[in-house]
Amino acid sequence: MISIKNLHASIDGKEILKGLNLEVKAGEVHAIMGPNGAGKSTLASVLAGREEYEITAGEVIFDGVDLLEMSTEDRAREGLFLAFQYPIEIPGVSNINFLRTAMNEIRAYKKEDPISAKEFMALVKEKSALVELDAKLASRSVNEGFSGGEKKRNEIFQMAMLEPKLAILDETDSGLDIDALRIVANGVNKLKTPNNASIVITHYQRLLDYIVPDFVHVLYNGRIVKSGPKELALELEEKGYDWIKAEFAE
Amino acid sequence: MGYTEDDLAKDLENSEYKFGFTTDIESDKAPLGLNESIIRFISAKKEEPEWLLEYRLNCFKIWSEMTEPNWAHVHYEKPDFQAISYYSAPKQSKKYESWDDVDPEMKATMAKLGISMEEQQRLTGVAVDFVMDSVSVATSFKSKLKELGIIFCSFSEAVQEHPELVRKYMGSVVPATDNFYAALNSAVFTDGSFCYIPKGVRCPMELSTYFRINEANTGQFERTLVVADEGAYVSYLEGCTAPQRDENQLHAAVVELIALDNAEIKYSTVQNWYPGDKDGVGGIYNFVTKRGICETNAKISWTQVETGSAVTWKYPSCILKGDHSIGEFYSVAVTNNFQQADTGTKMIHLGKNTKSTIISKGISAGKSQNSYRGLVQIHKNAANARNFSQCDSLLMTDECGAHTFPYIECKNPSAKIEHEATTSKIGEDQIFYCLQRGISEEKAISLIVNGYCKEVLNQLPMEFAVEAQKLLSISLEGSVG
Repeated sequence: MISIKNLHASIDGKEILKGLNLEVKAGEVHAIMGPNGAGKSTLASVLAGREEYEITAGEVIFDGVDLLEMSTEDRAREGLFLAFQYPIEIPGVSNINFLRTAMNEIRAYKKEDPISAKEFMALVKEKSALVELDAKLASRSVNEGFSGGEKKRNEIFQMAMLEPKLAILDETDSGLDIDALRIVANGVNKLKTPNNASIVITHYQRLLDYIVPDFVHVLYNGRIVKSGPKELALELEEKGYDWIKAEFAE
Repeated sequence: MGYTEDDLAKDLENSEYKFGFTTDIESDKAPLGLNESIIRFISAKKEEPEWLLEYRLNCFKIWSEMTEPNWAHVHYEKPDFQAISYYSAPKQSKKYESWDDVDPEMKATMAKLGISMEEQQRLTGVAVDFVMDSVSVATSFKSKLKELGIIFCSFSEAVQEHPELVRKYMGSVVPATDNFYAALNSAVFTDGSFCYIPKGVRCPMELSTYFRINEANTGQFERTLVVADEGAYVSYLEGCTAPQRDENQLHAAVVELIALDNAEIKYSTVQNWYPGDKDGVGGIYNFVTKRGICETNAKISWTQVETGSAVTWKYPSCILKGDHSIGEFYSVAVTNNFQQADTGTKMIHLGKNTKSTIISKGISAGKSQNSYRGLVQIHKNAANARNFSQCDSLLMTDECGAHTFPYIECKNPSAKIEHEATTSKIGEDQIFYCLQRGISEEKAISLIVNGYCKEVLNQLPMEFAVEAQKLLSISLEGSVG
């Protein structure tokens, strides 16, 4: 699905990612954990195509194509989805209009016809139920006046609507109470198929009680320094990150 | 590389004025300059009654003693009032009997404007009174309106056919002494629109007029008078585009709305005068006086989408004279390149329990300057008056400016006045969010801007809202087809 090799990225001349390697196959869930400042969100931003970051070395192959050569919107159209840590508000633009625009842009890119209004509304109904998103929120302005939990649920709702090949969840658990966490995680689990994959970025093990990863990676100082099965997350929860820091200090 | 704000800025600069073309129709034109004999010439050309000529001459006298105001936050070369021709009419002297008789070239002009009359008549049911260079050339749906007693015609026709109404209401809301440009207009106006809705009648269709400046060096001085008698309702649309010119063209209109007891007038404008080129050369000066008066329980709503003009200076206002009357002002003003706009409203609360709402959305791009200037005045008898004002500014570049000048004068302690203002730069985060969902940059900007203006666009009648959205896209995206 995605193959990241020796990825180096910097912002304002400061190197954040320092030779990151990661291989994710279809049907897999990968968790990326790590202390603050390790580069977790940078990885998400770089893959999604945020322009502030400069890629200085490495390659990323996404479903057979060079991801780094693609524009941000084309990456999305090819099936890469980022669930934002801090979802953005767009006042005056309804969630539905936003999603329909997105969906039709993706369809146009794939040379498909626009979705009919009827089909679209049926899909909205089906997918909003998946994340227990109030139907009213679907017609409100994008994220405007949403609570923290509603914003995160809305991200998963969008993901459900757009059916990406690869979803990157950037600290989706932050700011969620336990009920919201369960709902969000349930949504993600239900969307899992043998043909898609997700990268779950998180600070705490908590989320992984609900979204069970196939692999856990520890990101530290711009590199994946340790990988293992889901039990690694528990070990991290128990021991903290200090032993990692000690082992891999520069 | 993606589409950056720099790219956007470049696109904006290169977006050529879409409606820049001229029509070649022989015109009957007054010599340059302004004096008493020019005014007599205009009045005679229009075969006006004596009282109107006297009115004009009196206004000319008032104007001659006034000086041009300069308090607005705009800079421009003052027009030379002696270098303007004050009258120009297409040469055809007779009125058209049917649509087939209309000059094909004029039809082509309208087609380019996207307002093919047949189509409008057939598809939208909008009655259009098309004013080209001061003389109205075609009026439609008249008979249908006539059945209801609604008068909708050119101002000149109203002077001939309904002199008593014109005489009673003209200048009653905007007197010639009001300001320099209103006085000038009152002296030299050539045509415009007149609308009267009789007691208790709800006008069944949107009334619409397109104005268009066509002759080089012809200042246009329109006069619009809308009277809604007791309990009447009308929605009136005004829209305009102008051909590309190098000389600055002066546009000083006067619009008067009169809403008698329990009447309601909705007045919507989409304004797209030629704004000048990307270096700031040329473009229309738009100095307009628009004002309405509300009697008891009456309501006036102004909605405007302003994308054009080199310099815009206008404040559609409401005098809330009657108790329980309501005034509303919804505005989107877009400025680009070297455009300057100083626009807003005045809400004058005289009656008890009067209410006003002001929603102003400014969008500045290029090197433009966009100012909101508004007055909320609560007089001492206006018990329980309420006002809510919201003034938002959106900046597209680092070189443009947004300014807000709210004035509040309150002489009654029971009044409630709220004012909110925000200034924001178009968010890179918002654009990135859209891109990440597969939406192109251009569409993202259009979505964000339209979302930002939604409260105002929602006030427009359907067909106008569509046009307004297109205009916003043209003005801000450089996606000229």
